[in-house]
Amino acid sequence: MTEARLRRDQSGWLLAGAALTLAPHAEHLPLALSAMCALLLLWRGILAHTGRPLPHRLLLLALATGMVAIVQIEFQHFFGKDPGIALLAGLLSLKLLETDSVRDGRAVVLLSFFMQLGQFLYQQNMAVAALALLGAIAAIASLLALQGSAVPAGLRAGAATRLVLQGVPLMLVLFVLFPRVQGPLWGLPADAYSSVTGLSNSMAPGDLARLGESSEIAFRAAFEGDPPPPAERYWRGPVLTRFDGHTWRPGRTHATDAPAYRSQGIAYSYTLTLEPHNQSWLLALDFPGTAPGLAYTDTFQLLAREPVRNRQRLTLVSYPHTPVGLHESANTLRQALELPAGFNPRTRELGARLRTEANGTDDIVARTITHFQDSRLTYTLEPAPLGRDDVDSFLFDTRQGFCEHFSAAFVVTLRAAGVPARVVTGYQGGELNPVDGTLVIRQSDAHAWTEAWLAGRGWIRIDPTAASAPLRIQNGLAAALPDSARLPLLARGDMAWLRDLRNRLDALDNRWNQWVLGYNPARQKALLAALGFAEPDWQVLTALMGAGSAIVMGLLTIWALRRRSSADAIDRSWARFCQRLTAVGCERAAWEGPLDFADRLACERPDLADAARAIAADYARLRYGPADADPALGRRFHQSIKNFRPR
Amino acid sequence: MLLWSHYPLNLTLKKAHTMPIHIANRLVEAASRIILGKEHAVRLALACVFARGHLLIEDIPGVGKTTLAHVLARLLGLQFQRIQFTSDMLPADIVGVSVFDQRDGAFRFHPGPVFAQLVLADEINRATPKAQSALLEAMEERQISAEGRTWPLPEPFFVIATQNPGDQIGTFALPESQLDRFLMRISLGYPDRAAERALLAGEDRRDLLARLPAVLQPGELDTLFAATRQVHVGPRLLDYVQALLAHSRDASGLSLGLSPRAGLALLGAARAWALQAGRDHVMPEDVQAVLPAVAGHRLRPAGDAPQAADELTRRLIEAVPLP
Repeated sequence: MTEARLRRDQSGWLLAGAALTLAPHAEHLPLALSAMCALLLLWRGILAHTGRPLPHRLLLLALATGMVAIVQIEFQHFFGKDPGIALLAGLLSLKLLETDSVRDGRAVVLLSFFMQLGQFLYQQNMAVAALALLGAIAAIASLLALQGSAVPAGLRAGAATRLVLQGVPLMLVLFVLFPRVQGPLWGLPADAYSSVTGLSNSMAPGDLARLGESSEIAFRAAFEGDPPPPAERYWRGPVLTRFDGHTWRPGRTHATDAPAYRSQGIAYSYTLTLEPHNQSWLLALDFPGTAPGLAYTDTFQLLAREPVRNRQRLTLVSYPHTPVGLHESANTLRQALELPAGFNPRTRELGARLRTEANGTDDIVARTITHFQDSRLTYTLEPAPLGRDDVDSFLFDTRQGFCEHFSAAFVVTLRAAGVPARVVTGYQGGELNPVDGTLVIRQSDAHAWTEAWLAGRGWIRIDPTAASAPLRIQNGLAAALPDSARLPLLARGDMAWLRDLRNRLDALDNRWNQWVLGYNPARQKALLAALGFAEPDWQVLTALMGAGSAIVMGLLTIWALRRRSSADAIDRSWARFCQRLTAVGCERAAWEGPLDFADRLACERPDLADAARAIAADYARLRYGPADADPALGRRFHQSIKNFRPR
Repeated sequence: MLLWSHYPLNLTLKKAHTMPIHIANRLVEAASRIILGKEHAVRLALACVFARGHLLIEDIPGVGKTTLAHVLARLLGLQFQRIQFTSDMLPADIVGVSVFDQRDGAFRFHPGPVFAQLVLADEINRATPKAQSALLEAMEERQISAEGRTWPLPEPFFVIATQNPGDQIGTFALPESQLDRFLMRISLGYPDRAAERALLAGEDRRDLLARLPAVLQPGELDTLFAATRQVHVGPRLLDYVQALLAHSRDASGLSLGLSPRAGLALLGAARAWALQAGRDHVMPEDVQAVLPAVAGHRLRPAGDAPQAADELTRRLIEAVPLP
């Protein structure tokens, strides 16, 4: 038996669903494959529109081979997430070209649903969720179209949307109560974390400048009370001690369960929501107090037990005025003085001169700062290329640099003058979102500063960038750079409405992160504890989930049944009227019209005739008359039924 | 001429005599003076006219079928023609014939008796199917094709056909497709005792008919047509009509359900019935009142057992609850 060919509206919905599903994938699919999918969909659309027959099987086979070849050329293999999704995207487009029956149509819908899920393998933000929802609505509309007769597209979309909305309560129950596991639900292949931007644990000239162009969010901090002033917002990342003449790397450190300093001074407590960066360091405000489950290095970094691969929430307290490193080990100090031989001779000479001129260690540091200020160094995202001796050519030739140049030069100078010093990388500043009051720190806030060790005072933070570009520290990157500098659109300061929009979107995104993506076992436990389930294990959760789903389904069923039997108040009142008459032995037949019923009643019960006739006439007018009925009529109707008490 | 919808119910007392309901009542009253005791049938016949449908009256001879047609023509002030159908009748006897005109040297079309506003097709089932179909084509198309030309029929155009019950000798039953073109099929039946007494004791019907004045003023029939079309049909009523249609198609007792055309006919007739009842909207009661007349000749019971059409439609009504 051959199945009926697809109607035009059916293929239209299938195409719309597939297009909505595939469009967001274009971002990560190979360009050739995206173009091929688009062309195939377009072709199928033209065929559907003109009613011409579908291409021959052999042609489809050739196209499929071509598609597989594209995937092979782009990825060199067929395993893992990217080639898998690419293959499925191609297959979805090709499947549409051979789809001319309801059965095939269902297969396309199924594949569309799977591909919508596939988007979440790449991103889980709100926009992707919204797109997936749109795709799901189109796919459900396709299913409806495959099932029923042709109706206008608006009605079809409305019906599909209503179906999706009816699924929302069940979705919420499953979302809240499904037993959570830490980490992603499925084991992601090795390439899952490949494209994470952020600080790395080494620093060479140009590294941070590259980050400066990214407006991606690194982390957010929500302070209890006022946040610290901009000049104290130093978020400590990797501390770099070893220098090979070009690249800075961390020295040998060890971690303990508690910090090596005694916290004192002003305290700031805040909640940090860290975007995944695939590294184990955490970016705390200097200097965090003790928190359980975290590790503290002897360079005052805060570490997680394992790399941060999911968004993490930390509640921390920091004490910026804590003195640190008062009793630093000789080994650490020796490392902080090492300079590679044969590099930067002019800077070493400068250091030696400063040492002879100065009067004690404090004076060396002061004179170095003064020297940097007097050198008229320029702060820029695009410094001129440097020679082999990076620091020399920055300090004496080009005099243009980003924070990594400033900090490297400063540390080399201090070390040459015999002062232990090191580079600290991290983030500085952040922007307060006025919508929800959180401090948003982006990749463009990445920064490098220095620490010098002074006997009796420990490690002192010195930010050489501040010497040349104080605005960078006070007001952020955009303020410190010259107006002509190339900046990401959203980091620009001159478009107030755009900033406002971005702030609102950020706040919304933050909510999404906190409550949807960040809904982890801990949050679930806290929520359930608030509901009175102290230590729910997975059996309790499953039982709760089953009960919740049953309740939701029951309520939905009752709602649907009620809607069928009594659409509105007029019908309910009329039903009450009929019930009261049934109670006194005058039952209305199901097929009997209200006017006929009243006439029959008038014969059987003349005492009720007037009241019943009036009510029936009102009901007839309200129910069957033109819609512009007088509102007084409805009130009169309800009132007279309320007063109608037959005996 | 102002239309019905411009007259809200409570503002029209001054113009009472021009209200559609009063026109209808005057018509019923006048007709009932001649056709005694048959008010329901008269009202149905009038509803059929208001809905611009053709009427089939099926009954045994001598109960006043022809009289009803005459009365309607007189009351409505329509130009009237009667065609007595016989078994030797040819289509040309109905639609007209082309005759060669010696003077002009050309054929000239002489219109037949069908060119009238109200055509009484008496005993239609006595004619052969060929003659029947000539009339039925005119009913559907409201025009005549002859000699390669089309001749429009007068406006309005009604056919009131009468037929004897099919089991009488020498009749050709109308097939379903042709029955479908009649909006209603009604029967008159024997008069009740009192009406028959009045009939026997009273004046000759033919004399009464001759003196019967036209009730409608020129143009009033158009008012009635327009007013019928404007009677409101709400979504609830459409639900009900659709439920009736659906049930007639699914019900086990019926081998032939109601067509979409039957649905339209049902709504049109129910509108006219509501108009006569003085309502500006159709009620399920109106549908139920006209259903036997509109659906009786379109339904066919399953199996061989002949069943009265009234019984079929009554069962249909009682099987479908109001939405």
